Amino acid sequence: MKYLYYPGCSLKGTGRAYEESLLVVLPRLGIEVQELEQWNCCGATAYMAVDEMKAFALAARNLALAEECGNGDGKPVQMIAPCAACYLVLNKTQRYMREYPEVGKKVGDALRSVQLQYNDHVRVRHPLDVLTHDIGPAKITEAVTRPLDGLKVACYYGCQIVRPFADFDDQHNPQSMETIIKALGAEPIDWPLKTRCCGGSLTGTIQEAGLRLSYILLQEAKKRGADVLVTACPLCQFNLDSYQGQMARQFGTSVNLPAAYFTQLMGLAMGIKPRKLGLHRLTVPLEPAVNARQGALA
Amino acid sequence: MIFPDQEANRDVRIGVYICHCGSNIAGKVDVQDVAAFAQGLPNVVVSTTYKFMCSDPGQELIQNDIKEHQLTRVVVAACSPLMHETTFRKAAAAAGLNPFYVQIANIREHVSWVTATRDLATEKAKAMIAAAVERVALHTALERKQVDVHPDALVVGGGIAGIHAALTMANAGKKVYLVERDPSIGGHMAQLDKTFPTLDCSACILTPKMTDVKGHPNITLWAYSEVTAVEGFAGNFTVTVKRKPRYVNEDLCVGCDECIEGCVFKDGRVADEFNAGLSKRKPIYKPFPQATPSTVVIDPEACLMLSKGKCKQGCVEACERGALDFQQQTRYEQIDVGAIILATGYQTFDAGRMPEYGYGRLDNVLTSLEVERMVTSSGPTDGHIVCKDGTPPKSVGIVHCVGSRDKKHNAYCSKVCCMYSLKLAHLIKEHTGADVFNFYIDMRTPGKGYDEFYDRLLNEGVQFVRGRVAEVTDWAMTPEEEGKLVIRAEDTLIGTARRIPVDMVVLSVGLEPQADAEEVRRIFNIGCGKEGWFMERHPKLAPVSTFTDGVFVAGCCQGPKDIPDTVAQAGAAAAEALAMIDKGFVEIEPNTASVDADLCSGCKTCLPLCPFTAITRNEDQGVAQINEALCKGCGTCVAACPSGAIQQNLFTDEQIYQEIEGVLEYV
Repeated sequence: MKYLYYPGCSLKGTGRAYEESLLVVLPRLGIEVQELEQWNCCGATAYMAVDEMKAFALAARNLALAEECGNGDGKPVQMIAPCAACYLVLNKTQRYMREYPEVGKKVGDALRSVQLQYNDHVRVRHPLDVLTHDIGPAKITEAVTRPLDGLKVACYYGCQIVRPFADFDDQHNPQSMETIIKALGAEPIDWPLKTRCCGGSLTGTIQEAGLRLSYILLQEAKKRGADVLVTACPLCQFNLDSYQGQMARQFGTSVNLPAAYFTQLMGLAMGIKPRKLGLHRLTVPLEPAVNARQGALA
Repeated sequence: MIFPDQEANRDVRIGVYICHCGSNIAGKVDVQDVAAFAQGLPNVVVSTTYKFMCSDPGQELIQNDIKEHQLTRVVVAACSPLMHETTFRKAAAAAGLNPFYVQIANIREHVSWVTATRDLATEKAKAMIAAAVERVALHTALERKQVDVHPDALVVGGGIAGIHAALTMANAGKKVYLVERDPSIGGHMAQLDKTFPTLDCSACILTPKMTDVKGHPNITLWAYSEVTAVEGFAGNFTVTVKRKPRYVNEDLCVGCDECIEGCVFKDGRVADEFNAGLSKRKPIYKPFPQATPSTVVIDPEACLMLSKGKCKQGCVEACERGALDFQQQTRYEQIDVGAIILATGYQTFDAGRMPEYGYGRLDNVLTSLEVERMVTSSGPTDGHIVCKDGTPPKSVGIVHCVGSRDKKHNAYCSKVCCMYSLKLAHLIKEHTGADVFNFYIDMRTPGKGYDEFYDRLLNEGVQFVRGRVAEVTDWAMTPEEEGKLVIRAEDTLIGTARRIPVDMVVLSVGLEPQADAEEVRRIFNIGCGKEGWFMERHPKLAPVSTFTDGVFVAGCCQGPKDIPDTVAQAGAAAAEALAMIDKGFVEIEPNTASVDADLCSGCKTCLPLCPFTAITRNEDQGVAQINEALCKGCGTCVAACPSGAIQQNLFTDEQIYQEIEGVLEYV
């Protein structure tokens, strides 16, 4: 199966480990990805907050470029957008162009000025969607060489993946990541905070508030017995992993819970070398937690 | 009344009557100018105006002219034919003219109300009248046919609506069939503990009526049965009823319950539907103590004998009357009835569709119907409101509007939830002394004594938080919240988000059409709105009639409503059905379509298009034929017929072409 791949800025920067792990895991499941050429910023965060129309135009340029990659079979181009913010903005742009003629016209004009056009012929997919629906848990289990038996995993989706545009999972109690984690032999914990805010960019602006939100998530996951937390969003991962030292200083207790990408855990279960999965980039190491659980079982 | 085609050979003599409708028409249309114009149209003998043509003097004006000028056709230029076509047809008939020689030109809704200037309006009125004059000349005399009405009636659904409708008609001396799908009549009302706002015991007021049904000499009660097919038309329906096997002989069973005691299973095994799944019942069971009929029933999927073919058959041994019959089969009965009342009720919204409220995921999140069963003394907890661990809750949150007033689910207000939530709040407080919080969007308490009840609750110390609940979670932020259900909601009165920890959450689920409402509506050939509620003929003026004559609706199948409204509507539906039956005949409008057998190629194009299933294929002749009694004159088949073999009375091709000519010629 072939998909286009839109990395976005995070997967080339702070979220490199997400790209590294994703791009080694997907081929193991028979998925070929081809990076979109000439891609630009998706239009998220500051753009969307300051000037929505500019954000739509930026996103639409990526969509228009993706549409050009179609092979003319009449089927929509399937493009994987792993970053939660990119996924949201690309979907939002499609929706707004479709439902608000004024947006469609303005963005269309902007595209035409650079000899591009977009005809709503791209389907933006999240890896969670592709893995659960196009591949399926049985195939994932087949690729597992080191089942993560007994490992208790908190699946954390963050705010942007399932709300408000995703149609592949429940908005309030999503289950796709759990499906994948179960396919690895691990045990997802049931917890109510899986779509609650991680603090987002507050960690950079009002740090006290941002840290508190991240800390709440980590504490609750730990309280409910999680050995590790996995996520599918670069900003969530960054907030939850990199600031644990500061959280310990601010709140007086250390959480010490690995917060990794779900693709990194998939890679471990498939026996891929840790370095290839970008595990060395994590602040709180993942492997000891996994090994401890496996050791306890053995 | 029969109108012979007496004028067929006479000259066409047309009178044109232009109504001012006060200033509604005359304010925009120069009626005098239009009258003068009409006078010059072909065949027009007299043309005049009047302030209110629909008034008695207006009608008399037309009637006098018919006699004085020997008019053979009448054109009334006035409001929409939906308003007064019948009025003017009757007036013409009273003066001896065939009523179908009257044509209406709608110069109010189509002209004066919607046209920009006086000049344009006047010109348009002229064109419309010219069209009517040209067309009416080609009208032929038509007659309304009369068909006798079968005096028996069918009521579908044995909730309070069906019970009340059946009793009303039976008391008027009509033979009534009451068909109920479940093993007992009673419906949702039988599941309730108290009714708002009077707090009278639901069973105490319902069960006497159930007994009346059972004992009524004019009522044939078929519980555990379903209507599978309806044929025929108003006054003459043939209905097929599927009678599901109870595996217990109704004539022999006295409802002593010995067989239930005797069942090899000592405890319940299957979720008890009547108790909203809060308890278990045995494979052989009676839904509730006052079930009517009191005959027990066997669930074939749970019964060992029926599912596995092997059992010690303790039930058979226990029954002294030999009423058990494992050989019973599904039977089909056909009955003829004149009128049908649909009272098929509702289902409650599935709270699992809103996972943010935790139903099915978190313990002690219950639906209102489940709590209703708990609080009933004969219910699964003997009338005690208890958490899963058996202890009474110290605090309870009641979440209003679950599934209602929510565009993601049902946009409409379910109408009863505010009041039943208040009732439950009162009962919970009375039974447990718990702190009760109601989370509401708006309190909707219109009704006799309803707002007073709300006020009473406010004084009883029940707390009200105005705001939609965001979620119910077991995530504790503070030690006090540990082990509790936390309700997160915005309190819009104090403008802040709140977290309120409680022991139990009650979800006030809304009302939805029955899961198979679409199927049922097809069987009875009636319409439904976009939410799936059965459609009444007119929301204000024909609230219990449907677009299929002879089929009436009552109760929640037509839309959410409380018990008083349901009973009132059931009475109205019974009265309408009785009026039809007692009249003795139905008149059939003659604007029906008919097939010219010489032109029909038998292609069957028209068959699936007919919304009233009025068209059948005559297999002997290989042509379509239309049942006049079923045809509503919608014209769909006329337009669709590739051979032009179907023509419709009052809308023949010639009449329509002449009408177009009229518009074009005089514009």
